[in-house]
Amino acid sequence: MEGPAYVTDALIAEDIDAYLARHQHKDMLRFITCGSVDDGKSTLIGRLLYDSKMIFEDQLDALQSDSKKVGTQGQEIDFALLVDGLAAEREQGITIDVAYRFFNTEKRKFIVADCPGHEQYTRNMVTGASTADLAVILIDARKGVLVQTRRHSYLCHLLGIRNLVLAVNKMDLVGYDQATYDAIVADYSAFAKSIGIEAFTALPISGFKGDNITGASANTPWYTGPSLVEHLESVEVNSARDAEGPLRLPVQWVNRPNLDFRGFSGLIATGSVRPGDAVRVLPSGKTSTVTRIVTLDGDLDHAVAGQSVTLCLADEIDCSRGNVIAAADAPPEAADQFEATLVWMDDAPLHVGRAYWLKLGTQTVSVTVQQPKYTVNVNTMEHLAAKTLELNAIGVAELTTDKPLVFEPYLQSRTLGGFILIDKLSNATVAAGMLHFSLRRAQNVHWQAVDITREAHAALKNQQPRVLWFTGLSGSGKSTIANAVEKRLNLMNRHTFLLDGDNVRHGLNKDLGFTEADRIENIRRVGEVAKLMADAGLIVLTAFISPFRAERDMVRAMLPEGEFIEIFVDTPLEVAEARDVKGLYKKARSGALKNFTGIDSPYEPPEAPDIRVNTVEMTADEAAEHIIKLLMPLK
Amino acid sequence: MTSTLTHLQRLEAEAIHIMREVVAEAERPVMLYSVGKDSAVMLHLARKAFYPSPPPFPLLHVDTTWKFKAMYELRDRMAKESGMELLVYHNPEAAERGINPFDHGALHTDMWKTEGLKQALDKYGFDAAFGGARRDEEKSRAKERIFSFRTASHGWDPKSQRPELWNVYNAKKHKGESIRVFPISNWTELDVWQYIQLNDIPIVPLYFAAKRPTVERDGLLLMVDDERFPLKDGEVPVERSIRFRTLGCYPLTGAVESEAATLSEVIQETLLTTTSERQGRAIDKDAGGAGMEVKKQQGYF
Repeated sequence: MEGPAYVTDALIAEDIDAYLARHQHKDMLRFITCGSVDDGKSTLIGRLLYDSKMIFEDQLDALQSDSKKVGTQGQEIDFALLVDGLAAEREQGITIDVAYRFFNTEKRKFIVADCPGHEQYTRNMVTGASTADLAVILIDARKGVLVQTRRHSYLCHLLGIRNLVLAVNKMDLVGYDQATYDAIVADYSAFAKSIGIEAFTALPISGFKGDNITGASANTPWYTGPSLVEHLESVEVNSARDAEGPLRLPVQWVNRPNLDFRGFSGLIATGSVRPGDAVRVLPSGKTSTVTRIVTLDGDLDHAVAGQSVTLCLADEIDCSRGNVIAAADAPPEAADQFEATLVWMDDAPLHVGRAYWLKLGTQTVSVTVQQPKYTVNVNTMEHLAAKTLELNAIGVAELTTDKPLVFEPYLQSRTLGGFILIDKLSNATVAAGMLHFSLRRAQNVHWQAVDITREAHAALKNQQPRVLWFTGLSGSGKSTIANAVEKRLNLMNRHTFLLDGDNVRHGLNKDLGFTEADRIENIRRVGEVAKLMADAGLIVLTAFISPFRAERDMVRAMLPEGEFIEIFVDTPLEVAEARDVKGLYKKARSGALKNFTGIDSPYEPPEAPDIRVNTVEMTADEAAEHIIKLLMPLK
Repeated sequence: MTSTLTHLQRLEAEAIHIMREVVAEAERPVMLYSVGKDSAVMLHLARKAFYPSPPPFPLLHVDTTWKFKAMYELRDRMAKESGMELLVYHNPEAAERGINPFDHGALHTDMWKTEGLKQALDKYGFDAAFGGARRDEEKSRAKERIFSFRTASHGWDPKSQRPELWNVYNAKKHKGESIRVFPISNWTELDVWQYIQLNDIPIVPLYFAAKRPTVERDGLLLMVDDERFPLKDGEVPVERSIRFRTLGCYPLTGAVESEAATLSEVIQETLLTTTSERQGRAIDKDAGGAGMEVKKQQGYF
């Protein structure tokens, strides 16, 4: 092995207590390494672990024998084997997930996120970058700035990493040639400027040979800057900067062991706090004063960004999980419409208009995403038009939440500007997002309080509002049965209204077609209209195929508990197709009609409908009678 | 106080944040408690996270009946001190079949620990379980999420892990599914030791060197903890000054010869030593290099 090995501190053996006292006061830097397999990324990390004695003898033995078996470096030690964790990865010789590694130097503790570099692993890189203070972008000195270099730099910049290190690796393979290095740095500099990267630090290294990793290399006398480790030891960590902003404490949990104590627990995102500080609770805007900062080890007189604390306030004001305790004179905004960048992370693409969960800090709200304004080609940074976002796509879109969200632009605060989207059915994390700003029109649209409430409307009609949501295949009998139910309700002096799929498409929704996105929007609008009618006290009947569970659940969520009654008109496809009242199945089978539910577009049957009717065993009138029976009493 | 937090302050704050997220979002959380030093740190963090309330979840010890005696003593003492409910679970099938580490090898771990854990989680209906695993312990751990999602049959699929960004954790799950949560994922062995020292956290005395009766088998130095230890022909226990770097079932856990009798000395020895922590455990050696990864897919913690 060439290059100086990182020497274990002699203090450990001589004076362990002195060593521990120093170690105790180290701070921590999190960084990410970006590059593809060929750039020697795993080798570099393996080297950092090796040189800082984070590899033990038994691991080294295994490493040496593995190196001979499956290594790619002949008889020499293949450091990459130290860090390629999962069995599948070892076999394929690639890194497919984010792995976290740890090492110490005399000055700092480090956490390295080791991420794969290929375009299909964009989501993994974004994940690793989200917690990093610094990024090391690896370049193979023989190849220079490649498409992937641009992609990695763009993603790190997008995730708000301010410290970028350009590590020109494999210098040993270009004879430590300064001109080669200078040309690469100049090339990268021009690119960096073009995407708004203000500064970066370049280094000539060899991860394999150890040049300029921990100390100056004799092979590059023309390079006078710091070694990689020296640089990593000296840059400012994010948490130091976070401590300088105004106080932001997203409340995680209300601590209430007894009637005499009420504390608000959370991790301080930015700023600092002392007893006596004036604070404002968002989104309510109520103000109070901090009385105590409570910990198991006694009350604190000061706490800063990065600490998990429990605060007590002077006043009994409403404050719960999801609220943000902020400096009273510099509170963040709350809004419900935003522009944001989204990185799509799921195999199923974005459904424009569908409701997802949005989790930001400790707030979880329901959100819909508009059609993207554009997506970014991560290799060329070009903006492209797009209707949706596929796996690994990055796009800018407008979002609307169902409740106001306390936020700050991502560039100001990762905690109050970074969020994830969660699919409401699969519960998968489908996207990561970074808020840019709230949309002006959101701030100008307020709820107008009205004096005649929905209860008053309903009371006058002497009935409990309901939305009877009929779902089923085309030709299943939804409209016929809904019509029969409405006639019966009418005879019972109930105030009703029937929204029918075909009729609505002649008016309110005549601008919509039958693509998945349009079908989602169709149901969203019908849901909103049904909700307004229910607010007016009516019993609303709707007859729509409404093929997707997510949209039916979205409408259910708009209404008070128990008002949405899902009625599944359970007619098998072959029966509906045999009826073919409107001749649509025939057209769909012939290919003349596209996106037809049951033929080339899916129908997701309800898993637990409130009412199910079977039109093979029942006539329409029997089905209607059955439904009425189950609905009674209607008050 | 300076505005730059130390690495231990940041790790502590992160672990507390994680524990509070779980309590806020899970229906029925539990803390896995194995009585080792990592469990000791976890318990201490939980007490800090919810102070002045006691941690709002029980401790669960999935016991094999083959732990060191000193471990049972500390377990009962700590449960009492923390004011938390202690649940001890024994896999009834393993007990009935007399599964033991001397005769059954890998089956012992599988039945008592892996199966026992699944049974216990199902029995009590826990939907989130805290564990003290760390990413520096083992290669497949390095890639596991902090919120590690498990199917209704407790399976782990390393290829379909949820992306985990910033400190925003997705705790949504369907009925029957559960989440294993690892609040000290980002701690190293040295961090754990130093935290124990700085916070004066009680740990099992076996971590400190003392004269103890031992026999040597297959390269492992085993402690003869009680009369259940079957001595082979000609085997005579020898008094040696030993300690343990990791604690499991005593017939499976190798000791190291050591004179380190204080925490500082133990840390010093740890830093100067050249064998990694889990080497004393037989479990990682099953199934070659992928041993732990396979175990985790089957539901092992």
